[in-house]
Parts: sequence; C-alpha cells; structure tokens
Amino acid sequence: MSDTTVIAGSAPRSFRRFIERFPFLPALVILVVLLALNGLFEPNSLSYRAIRGLISTYLALILLSVAQTYVIYAADLDLSVGAILSLVNVGIIMLMQHLGGSPGGVLLACGAGILIGLACGIVNGIVVAVLRLQAIVATFATSILFTGLALYVLPVAGTPAPTVYWRTYGGTFFGFPFVFYVAVAIAIVLFLIARTRLITQLLSVGDDQQAAYQTGLPVTLIRLKGYALCGVFAALAALCVTGDTASGDPLVGGEMTLNSVAAVVLGGTALSGGVGSVTGSVFGALIIGLISSLVFFVGTPSEWQNLVQGLAILLALMVGVLVGRRAKS
Amino acid sequence: MTSVDQASRPASSGLATLVRQPLVVALALIAALLFLGETLSPGFASGEQILRLLIVAALMGIVAAGQNLVIIGGREGIDLSVGGVVSLSAIVAGNVMAGENGGILPAVAACIATGALFGFFNGFGVTFLRIPPLVMTLGMLGVLQGLLVVIRQGIPSGRAAPALSDFVTQSFLFSLPGIIWLWAAIGVFMAFLLRRTVFGYRIFAIGSNEHAAYMAGVPVKLMRISLFVLSGVFAAIAGICLLGYSGSSFANVGEQYMLPSIIAVVFGGTPLSGGKGGYTGTMAGAVLLVILQSILTTINIDDSGRQMVFGATLLVLMLFYGRGRSMRG
Repeated sequence: MSDTTVIAGSAPRSFRRFIERFPFLPALVILVVLLALNGLFEPNSLSYRAIRGLISTYLALILLSVAQTYVIYAADLDLSVGAILSLVNVGIIMLMQHLGGSPGGVLLACGAGILIGLACGIVNGIVVAVLRLQAIVATFATSILFTGLALYVLPVAGTPAPTVYWRTYGGTFFGFPFVFYVAVAIAIVLFLIARTRLITQLLSVGDDQQAAYQTGLPVTLIRLKGYALCGVFAALAALCVTGDTASGDPLVGGEMTLNSVAAVVLGGTALSGGVGSVTGSVFGALIIGLISSLVFFVGTPSEWQNLVQGLAILLALMVGVLVGRRAKS
Repeated sequence: MTSVDQASRPASSGLATLVRQPLVVALALIAALLFLGETLSPGFASGEQILRLLIVAALMGIVAAGQNLVIIGGREGIDLSVGGVVSLSAIVAGNVMAGENGGILPAVAACIATGALFGFFNGFGVTFLRIPPLVMTLGMLGVLQGLLVVIRQGIPSGRAAPALSDFVTQSFLFSLPGIIWLWAAIGVFMAFLLRRTVFGYRIFAIGSNEHAAYMAGVPVKLMRISLFVLSGVFAAIAGICLLGYSGSSFANVGEQYMLPSIIAVVFGGTPLSGGKGGYTGTMAGAVLLVILQSILTTINIDDSGRQMVFGATLLVLMLFYGRGRSMRG
C-alpha cells in the first residue's frame, strides 16, 4: 500500500514507510531512552538481576496488554481484562488448595484457569459481538460480573499459592530464570499467532467492518474469537501474577485494566482498529514499568511518584500518537 | 442510522414508537424497579426514601451532564477523567471553605476554575494534538490520581461548610433539598442548551458529521474544547455537592462516578457514537442506575452476589437500548 504514495519526498517517505511497516518503532525508541535513563540514574537497574525482576513483575501487564491488543485490532475494547485476571487468580488459588498443591494438581489448576479465561472471553464476545452492545459499557458491566464471581470464590485477599508454584515461577533452571523461559515461550506463541488467519481477519474487521462483512467475512464470529483470545491471554497474565504475588486477591487486576489500554496505545496500535502490532504492546507495557522504576531511581519523593509517573505516561502517550500520526498523514 | 431504520420500517403504531423512546423505557424501568423494591422491602418506595435516592442520583446525574455533552459531540468522545476531577474538586472545596459558610463562594469559584482547567487540557489534547479522547482523558486520569496523592500528603482533607451540607441533605424549598433543585435547573439548562441555542445545534452537528460542520463554518475545535471544559465544570460542581453530602472528602471518592456516568448516558438513550441524544433521558438513566444499586443493598445477599446481580442486570438493561446495527441492515 505504501507504493501508492508517489508524491511524497524521499526522506519523509522512507520514514513513513518504515513506521507503516513497524508501528511499534516510536515505542521502541521511547523504551531505549528509558532504559538508558534508568541505567544512568541507577547502573544496577541494567543488571541481570534487575532485568529479571522487571520481567517477572511486568510479565502480567505485558500479557494483559497483548490480550487487549487482539480486541483493539477489531476496533473493540475490553474493560474487563483486569477482572478476568482477578477471577482466574483466585480460581486457580482455590483449585490448587483443593487439589493439595502437588505438581499435577498445580498443572490441572493452571489448565482450568485458562479455561475460565476463555469462558469469560466468550461471554464478552457474545455480549459485544452477538448481542451488539457497546463495547465500553458492556465490558464494564461484565467486569462487575466477573469481579462479583471473584469475590464469591475468595472474599478477601490472602490465601497463599502452593510453594511449588511460586518457587518454580521465581526459580532458576539450567542457569536461566524460569521467567526467561516463559518470556521466550510467549514470544514464540505470539509470533505463531501473528501469522494466523484470525489476526488478518481481526485487522480487516477493525479497518472497515462493513467492507469486511461484504467481502464475506463472518464478522460476528471473528470479533467473538478476538474476545476469546483476549480472555485466554488475560488468564495467562493471571498465572504470572499468581507466580509473582504467590497469593490470591479478588481485586488484584482491577487497577491493571486501564494500564493495558495505555500500553496498547503506547505501542502504536490505533484504538480505531485495523492498525497495530502485539510487539508494540509488549514495549508499551515495558515502558509503563520502566517509567515507574525511573521515577523511583531519580529520587522522586514518594508522595510525588504517582503524579510524575502519570505525567510521564501522558507525555509518552502524546508523543506516540503524534509520531504515529505524522507517519500516516 | 436509527432514523434510516425507522424510515425503512412499515408505519408503526403510536404505541410502538412510544415504546422505542429511551426516556419511556427508562421511566417504565424505574417504575418497575420501585415496585420491585417496595415488594422486597416495604418502605423502599416511601417519599423519604425516594428523596434520598434522588440526592444520590443528582450527584451522578450532574457528572453525567458533562459526559453527555462530550459524547454527543462525537469523534468517539468520552471523558474518563471525570472521576479524578470530582475527587480533586471535593478536596479543593473542603480546604478552601474549611467548614466556614463564608468560604463557600470562593470554594465554588476555585473548584469551577480547577474543573475548567483540566477540561481545557483534555480538550486541547483532543483537538490540537488530535489524541483520541479515550487516551487523552485516561492519561489525564492518571495525572489527577497522582495529584490527589500529593495533595493528600500535604494538607488535611477539609470539611464541608454547614450551609453546604444543609443544601445537599436538608429540605431547601417545598421540602426538597437544594441539590434536587440544582439538578432540575441543570436539566432545564441542558435542554435549553441542546435544543434552543446555536451552540447546542452545533454540538449535534460536529457529533454527526465533523467535516460537514467544519465546511458549514462551525468552529469545530473551539466547540470541542468547550465541551470538555463543560465536562470538567460539571464534574467539579458534583465534587462540591459530594463534599456537602459526605461532610468531608476522602480518598478517590469520585472514582465511583467514572464509568457509571457513561452508563447513565447510555441508559438515557444517547449512543456512544455521538450526534444524537439528550439530557432528559440521562437524568432518568441516573435515577435508574441509583435505584438498581439501592435495591441490591436492601436484599439480603453478600457483596459478591450483589456485584454479580448488578453486572448481569446492567447487561440485560442495555439490551433495551441502542444495540449496534446489524451487518445486514
């Protein structure tokens, strides 16, 4: 499609083509700058140990942002991802407790957790795609529903995860931390998913729903699948949260929903659908993580940290949207 | 879209048209819920109780007024920062008046200025930097939350002046509290603004077709900024009233209004796609939402069950309102 832009000059044109092919580039630049700044203010923050800590803490937000990306591809939105995360978190905690915390039981609980996420995603898909309710308000309503379920499963935070679970998540195998293996596995899965027909279909539905329908695409089913995929990744995020916090909390994901949306936008994916990349969302989630550690490393007084962080994220959102637009216009 | 739908339908009877009116739907649901509440717990629909519900609905409805304007203005208009503005305004009001009646006027002025300022920032970002409203106001919400942390460290939470508390909770005129009169006045103001002024017509114009409005000479950017400023001002007014209602301001008191204010607008028959709708329906939507919450607190189930029923009921109620257009349509 970039071949059709004939009139543009050579320098802006190549820049434009570049960003068109790699919408996550602005995010990558911001990410590198943040890494450099982190290293400048706290050399230890680039150490192996610190990177490991960063990944094990932010793996959940990364996965949640990936989940959000798939629905935003189709110009939808899921404000219930945090609630799904909470529900899966408490669900697997209680299952593991019932099954006795043996390795087999833990695996079974994880499998069940992913099914819970899938089920929640399908509920969202039915509500938004099949019943055609407006995504923002409908997924807000399902988030209340899922939070209620999570509170029913575990009314107050605190039940611990079995030792084998968090030891594994925080452990080291063959010289590498477990989270590194998880990160690599996820990267491979994301790479494979990006090559499936479903992703192309989601993007074409997001680009022009009516056109996609008239081309013969089963639009409703595609959007439903997008939400289902989103639910599964929200469940995977919950597995990571559970490994990181080693306990159940029925409200743990509530705060993460809006951050997942911010991460997707930071990554260069358009809320209007049809354009974007999962890679960008991963960078976006890392940017949010690095901003909060940078705010800490530069010695911001604790009560000012949230404000500085909020301003920095707002600024990064603006820069990302502006650069992305310059490339498109 | 709806107008096309209605035109293509065979001539419908007066009753069928009436049933399709969102305001009629909302009023019928309100009556049904009041009846249900009275059946479940006698005294629910007593005058005194209804008055209390109306006070809470007024708080929600005032926030929803600004939200309503931004949504009608289109281009995916939405204001997620209202929750933060309500909280900030309650704190500013509490500290400026410091429990003294003489401080009410300066407090109101300070709050309105604060709300207008943050609304202006939102509007500026949305129009001149062309950041999508969801992203801009989401980023602003993060900034506001950070600002609230800073403020709360430095200064006490502040107290409401007795006159303000009386205005909100005590009988003011014809045995109705002042806030009800204020809400009614806002209702008249909004109806006049939307249906009888050039400004109002222009809101619908930019909401249904921004480009056409621009070509017709509507100052689109100025209009959109004013809508966000008004949204900030209405949220600030709600913050002052909330201070009067609760006596003192406390942590993130406004957050509970963020997404519900959007739902009230949707229940009032204003679609999130913009260009259509009005405030009278939104007022009914706010009352409906508050009655629903109130019924759930009267029935004897625990918090988790209450949330589940609330979420499910919201979904069912949404089915009565603007469902998206069918692909075949």
